[in-house]
Amino acid sequence: MSDAGVLELKFRDTARAAQLSAALARTVQEIGRAPVSVMHVCGSHEQAIARFGLRTNFPRDLDVIMGPGCPVCITDQPEVDEAVALARQGIRIATYGDMVRVPGSAASLADAQADGARVDVVYSIDQAIALARESDEPFVFFGTGFETTAVATAAAILAGVPPNFSVLSAHKYIPPVMEIVAEMPDSRIEGFVAAGHAATITGWGVFEAFVRRHGIPVVVAGFEPLDILAALARLVELIRDRQATVENMFPRCVTRAGNVVAQRQLWEVFAPIGGRWRGIAHIPNGNLRLRDDWAHVDARRRFSIDLHALWDSAPSLLAQQCVCGDIMSGLKNPSECALFGAECIPDSPVGACMVSSEGTCRIWHEYGIARRSA
Amino acid sequence: MTMATVTAQKIAMKHGAGGRSMRRLIEKVFLNGMTGPAAAMDDGAVIPFGEQFLIFTTDSHVIHPLVFPGGDIGWLSVAGTVNDLAMMGATEPLGLTCGMVVEEGFSIEDLSRIQNSIRAACADAGTAIVAGDTKVMRRGEVDGLIINTSGIGIAPRVVRDSGLRPGDQIIVTGTIGDHGMAVMAARHGFAFGVPLRSDVAPLNGLIRAVLDAAGGSVTAMKDPTRGGVASALHEMAGKSGVGIVIDESLLPVRPAVRAAADVLGIDPLLIANEGKALIGVEPGATGIVLEALRSHPHGRDAAVIGRCVEESPGSILLDTGFGQRLLSEPDGELLPRIC
Repeated sequence: MSDAGVLELKFRDTARAAQLSAALARTVQEIGRAPVSVMHVCGSHEQAIARFGLRTNFPRDLDVIMGPGCPVCITDQPEVDEAVALARQGIRIATYGDMVRVPGSAASLADAQADGARVDVVYSIDQAIALARESDEPFVFFGTGFETTAVATAAAILAGVPPNFSVLSAHKYIPPVMEIVAEMPDSRIEGFVAAGHAATITGWGVFEAFVRRHGIPVVVAGFEPLDILAALARLVELIRDRQATVENMFPRCVTRAGNVVAQRQLWEVFAPIGGRWRGIAHIPNGNLRLRDDWAHVDARRRFSIDLHALWDSAPSLLAQQCVCGDIMSGLKNPSECALFGAECIPDSPVGACMVSSEGTCRIWHEYGIARRSA
Repeated sequence: MTMATVTAQKIAMKHGAGGRSMRRLIEKVFLNGMTGPAAAMDDGAVIPFGEQFLIFTTDSHVIHPLVFPGGDIGWLSVAGTVNDLAMMGATEPLGLTCGMVVEEGFSIEDLSRIQNSIRAACADAGTAIVAGDTKVMRRGEVDGLIINTSGIGIAPRVVRDSGLRPGDQIIVTGTIGDHGMAVMAARHGFAFGVPLRSDVAPLNGLIRAVLDAAGGSVTAMKDPTRGGVASALHEMAGKSGVGIVIDESLLPVRPAVRAAADVLGIDPLLIANEGKALIGVEPGATGIVLEALRSHPHGRDAAVIGRCVEESPGSILLDTGFGQRLLSEPDGELLPRIC
């Protein structure tokens, strides 16, 4: 237990957590109405909240909702279908872990794999490129995730990829979806917790226009338990004081301008276009597609992707009852879904939110949240 | 029919990952109503033998890469079977069999090295390979090498994984997550600046020391291999009909393993171990057991990590210091998160 050189993390002080929880409870009480609803837009935040059991100590009148922050969950079915179709056409596919299990309209990559398609799970695009270099066969990286992983995809493309390598981009951009959620007629959201790692790239300045337009405060937060508690404590203060500003509670990583080099790379390779986020809505500028300059690495332009074979099967009756979209929009929580924990479990997920380790339903199920409140 | 049911009709990697899916496959396909020693689904079969009990177990070993920091498939295949015997109370393995399935083209030099590891591990455990079998398969039909070992031992008193009672303390014999994290780092070429080493080791000497010191007070044992401590605790709690409360701050985790696990978004409780045991102990005997463990090289970091309660039989409650949560039974392979 004496590995010198590795510092213990200092953001896990339970005494400090108790103080922050008390401050949070006090402020929520001062606001004097219930519930006070705030939204975070990051699977990693929900993971940390669930992993450390933070919800058990949140004030009863504070509703902390996970929004559309799971990159796996908001990847739309037709995007999964494209990857499945390519895999069935005999093209090797590499992608991030959970994407393999996400159902498209007829099948998942795991189904295609069980039928003989070649699907590799990778931890980075660099690993996918290394696999592609081992042979001459066509190789497609199914790129998913927000600006955090999109930047890695952009940097790899700029650095040069082998001729047999192309990218099927399902990358998404978070800021536009916050606008949509804030404008939803049923939205109860009074403040946002923004994801610290995404803001490391975009900078916290990206939220200033949003705050002005919607009069809703935004607090940028890190991922340790103390980061999250401190951010929530500050956010409810801003709500109490009717102060719509952006506050950076993750200054050890995030600046106002962000990572300018990464932003330049991101926009050099990708163009924002409108597109559907699974279960939520059409999000203007929410999808990242490869610019024309990069057509030669764009799987959509290099291959003719035949989706017709996948359109035979209608979505199952169960899938039609899935409320993943409402959950990601913050209108419902998993225990309000009739399928949750019954027909829909991680073994046999109906919706994408139960597939991904960053999906609200999966996190609630894995960490037993609903079982306790039931 | 949902898509998921269609998928579930074929064997997937999760059916071998040591979690919920594997348990269900064994129950539904292999046991399928069968009774007898196998139905207990313990670490080994218990066969009455005079006043004592014969313990018989088998384990097939596949691992990529075959050689990893801290060990190789040879060490693993001996330790796996010796430990399964030890967990049932048979700490003197009478002998092991060893079946090897080798891929055409495999280097004989590598095979000799693995054979040397098998011999060293057997010497460490005080046993020997007493019978063997070799098969060669065509290139591509098997990934390098598969080793199956079976072992037999005698237990004067059988310790099951189902014997926990409310009030019992749960002890882990050392740091958790070392094996799985070392293998994952070697497999994917992750470098974290600090070396990670597998804990693979035969534990029969350590367990013998515990049983000699306080045998009557040990109520249950299990080695937390695939699926990690979480999976083993679930099996023990479920079979014993008790709830278990774990205090996360008491879990021994090497800083390097914790840092790597944090980076990859993986809970150390879910990571495989190959040289650790979970031991249920009557509350009065905790001190003696800890002392016996800590005076053995494999048990220096042993710690009490939780206790058994009557409430919520079959569930594991984790106190994180920031709140509480249920620790779910793992399923499928461990996959690092996207962001």
